[in-house]
Amino acid sequence: MKYIEGFRNPGAAAALREDIRALTEALPPSLLRQGYGGQANRTTNIMEVCGSHTMAIARYGIRDILPSQIKLISGPGCPVCVTDAGYIDTAIELARRGVTIVTFGDMLNVPGSDTSLAAVRSEGHSIEICYSPLRALELAREFPEREIVFLAIGFETTVAPALAVIDQAIAAGVENLSLLVAFKLVPPALAALMTDPDLQIDAFLCPAHVSAIIGADAYQPFTGSEGVPCVIAGFEPLDILLGLKGILTQLGSGIAEVDNQYSRVVTDAGNRRAQALMETYLEPADVSWRGIGVIPASGLALKAEWSRYDAEQRHNVRVEVGKMDPACRCGDVIKGIASPFDCPMFGNVCTPSSPFGPCMVSSEGSCAAYYKYSR
Amino acid sequence: MCLAVPMLIKEIFSPHRGLCDLDGSLQEVDISLIEDAVVGDYVIIHAGFAIERLDREEADTRLALFEELATLREALV
Repeated sequence: MKYIEGFRNPGAAAALREDIRALTEALPPSLLRQGYGGQANRTTNIMEVCGSHTMAIARYGIRDILPSQIKLISGPGCPVCVTDAGYIDTAIELARRGVTIVTFGDMLNVPGSDTSLAAVRSEGHSIEICYSPLRALELAREFPEREIVFLAIGFETTVAPALAVIDQAIAAGVENLSLLVAFKLVPPALAALMTDPDLQIDAFLCPAHVSAIIGADAYQPFTGSEGVPCVIAGFEPLDILLGLKGILTQLGSGIAEVDNQYSRVVTDAGNRRAQALMETYLEPADVSWRGIGVIPASGLALKAEWSRYDAEQRHNVRVEVGKMDPACRCGDVIKGIASPFDCPMFGNVCTPSSPFGPCMVSSEGSCAAYYKYSR
Repeated sequence: MCLAVPMLIKEIFSPHRGLCDLDGSLQEVDISLIEDAVVGDYVIIHAGFAIERLDREEADTRLALFEELATLREALV
């Protein structure tokens, strides 16, 4: 694809920056909020929900070219970061029992209550890193005598592939594969963040590929007279700038609508096949988000009829709420109340090579993004 | 986590498997989440799966807008 350069055109970026500046100057004074964490300056607060946006914003230095009034708050959209330590504990328990764990690499260094999967792996337990959940199915076929568990974390984007793998496993009669499910949904998290008294969010920059699955219409409930602008943007720098321009245009004219600035991929209805898989296999569940707590119906669990593919049922384990280092402020960072710089551990004791919290572990965590690009 | 790249479908082996191309680098991907996928479709690949089709017309419209923005600005500066 020769497209990439076009989405990074510096001349267009400069033009969009000027538009953003002009739109910001024209914002009504009511959109100047009291800053968080005792900051004196007053800000207009835009939350980028998705971890891939957080990473792109840091990587391309987008914060630095915005007017100081515009505050980009990094939201809870890094699935590794919102995974509870108790989930890691359960995965470790399974590995120690001799189960083969298949996982995305990001999960390896996430601290559990006492240790990490990386440490357990170095003890000789079977933990395989994958790029695709299809790898779990390959391993299950290759080693029928072994029990394979895929660590099924993620938002809607990643849910669909994991379910497609289970669908294929069932079709092929593969029975030694199960999922340790910690799926999360973006819309219920937005609802919780919007009503949180600690936060004053003026607009959401909505995720690119989650939206490809759920569709632009999924954000309608968050707009309108009681709502905020919800603008879907891609992950290229110009996509993000155009998304921010769309948000500021709405804020300036006092409207709150869904604006799909990633229409080359996102449709109003989303991916129906992915949605059908989710309806077949999953049902809503109340799940715990690190830093936010339990949000009703904000996650998905396998329906009882598929319990043989549910690692908790199959191996008789249960994910409990785990322990976290009390000094770690990942919880506040995930919620957007604190910036990584507000955490006393950031950059000195907590670094990507020896992380304390998941926000520093995941390459898309706010702390990792700030550490890499903004120190 | 939700990063994904656009690739071009070059071959379709079965309703599940296709061969995709990104600037000459070929990869087998699962295309079962795409309705009526055909060779020549651009798709967005995440974790080994095509998760959605990329609409080339929409992409071209957007690129034309960026071109225009850049040209307008050059004329001003």
